[in-house]
Amino acid sequence: MRWTQRLGNLVSGFYLTACYIFILLPVAVLILFSFQDGRLPVPPFHGPTLNWYITAISNDRLMAGLGNSLMVGLSSSALSVILGFLAAYGVSRYEFAGKRLLQGIIILPLAVSYLLVGMGLLVTISSLGLGPSLIMVVVGHVVINMPLAFAICLAQLGEHQRKIEWAARDLGASTFRVLTMVTMPMIAPAMIAAFCLCFTLSWDEFIIAFLVTRFDVTLPIVIWTMLRGGLNPQTNAVGSFIFLCSILLLIVVELLLFRKRS
Amino acid sequence: MTGQPHLDIANLRKIYSEVTALDDVSLAVEQGAYVVLLGPSGSGKTTLLSAIGGFIIPTSGRIGIAGKDVTTLAPAHRPTTTLFQDYALFPHMSVASNVGFGLKIRRVRGADYDKRIKGALDMVGLEGYGKRGIHELSGGQRQRVALARALVVEPEILLLDEPLGALDLNLRRQMQDELMDLQRRTGRSFVHVTHDQEEAMALASLIVVMNKGRIEDMGTPKRIYERPATRFTATFMGESTQIAGRISGGQNGVFNVATGIGHLQAVGDAGDGAEVTLILRPENILVGTAGDVGLGQARIREAVFQGAHYRVLASSESGGQDFVLRLPPDARVEQGMQIDLSCQSSRLVAVAR
Repeated sequence: MRWTQRLGNLVSGFYLTACYIFILLPVAVLILFSFQDGRLPVPPFHGPTLNWYITAISNDRLMAGLGNSLMVGLSSSALSVILGFLAAYGVSRYEFAGKRLLQGIIILPLAVSYLLVGMGLLVTISSLGLGPSLIMVVVGHVVINMPLAFAICLAQLGEHQRKIEWAARDLGASTFRVLTMVTMPMIAPAMIAAFCLCFTLSWDEFIIAFLVTRFDVTLPIVIWTMLRGGLNPQTNAVGSFIFLCSILLLIVVELLLFRKRS
Repeated sequence: MTGQPHLDIANLRKIYSEVTALDDVSLAVEQGAYVVLLGPSGSGKTTLLSAIGGFIIPTSGRIGIAGKDVTTLAPAHRPTTTLFQDYALFPHMSVASNVGFGLKIRRVRGADYDKRIKGALDMVGLEGYGKRGIHELSGGQRQRVALARALVVEPEILLLDEPLGALDLNLRRQMQDELMDLQRRTGRSFVHVTHDQEEAMALASLIVVMNKGRIEDMGTPKRIYERPATRFTATFMGESTQIAGRISGGQNGVFNVATGIGHLQAVGDAGDGAEVTLILRPENILVGTAGDVGLGQARIREAVFQGAHYRVLASSESGGQDFVLRLPPDARVEQGMQIDLSCQSSRLVAVAR
């Protein structure tokens, strides 16, 4: 091997390692100090202990926030994917006046900041006489996530898929049967990917959730409130737990969906 | 069968904002026919197939299948199924589920469902493939699955949209034979779209030649090839020598035609004084003077050996007329050689210019 090539390999290897350290070091530190045997999650490290995990699990507010976040995440993602899919199907399969305009309007919330969406929602629910609540967080998250689900589904509903739907119609299937027996199963990987993305975004969304809730709040807001009282290994424990859940979800999705295809 | 045609298309028109895709197309087909719609791209053949299948609704006109008006029916409610160009199999289903899709929609259940799937797979030569995934199959096998899926619901008419285009030559020949065999065994009417005239000749009991949204010519492969009704048909159906001329009298379907290489006798369908083109297939040009119509002397410009024969290009000595002909592989062929050409008058076909 020539020395320039070897040097190139060395530099790129170093660069890659640096990238990964930059991305993963904060997470590693977070996880490490969740096992800290002491009151502050800062060096030097003492331990390890599982005490902070036990504290976190027995913290009612934290657990309520976790439950609320799960509820908001699952329901807003499901709604986003269903609405986004149906909108994408309509846009890709039918010709009608104002189609481009409609498509633009559906995509538009992607370009609006979360702050504006949250403020708008707050003003609207106040003027309607509705109080802040978790339902409104669900509404807000559908507003910001539906365009994403729409775009992901639309990209999958090309001419090839259209031909396959034609074949189903040709064999006697009604529109409902085409959707449930052919279109949705066919693009299921994309729909599940869209669901996971929506869930992730909803899971750690702060601004909208902060603006439109009052007593029942989501996990990011509970953690934020706790952090205002100072650093605490308990929050590290919650963070590590959530990270573990994300990794597990990723592995499940990878194994179930994407292994089979190759 | 009653006298009513199985597929009855009357005065069909399809006009898109700028383009007329189908222009007054009428066609009547008996049950059990193998119809091939033949034409170049943009000729309207695929539009016609789509109209029969219900994927487009014609601007005007009528389509009847088995005595029932289906002009505006959705594809789901028509007694037709389609073999799509890229097969359009359901990628998330097994072979058996693909074939069973139409049966499921028709609420066929249990033992009958399994039996009919097995029957359909056996019919296309895919015994025991039911559990496989679509991605595990080759192109030819996918096509067979698509065929089984379309035929298992027992359609009145099977529509085939350029089904052999994606296959290599050997497989294409093999599938041609199998399609013909399937059509005979099932006794169903097939309507097949292609731009390949050899494929059309190999398969069709009726060839419909289309051009610019109109039916240019329609008949048996033999008739279309030997006695084309128009110059377009003649050109599209294969190579020929074309001689321009004017009709000057004649009787009983045999005309005298004045051409640049003398007065020739020809058959055809044209009035006195009409400007015509005489069509002569390469294999019908005789070297020597054995034919009853002399074509004069010509000089060989080019000869290409093609295995079964030489393809020869020649020009008349008087100039101005080119000939394309075939010579046997053992013939002595040299560039610049002078030959006498003739043909039978029954092989010289006059068509409108």
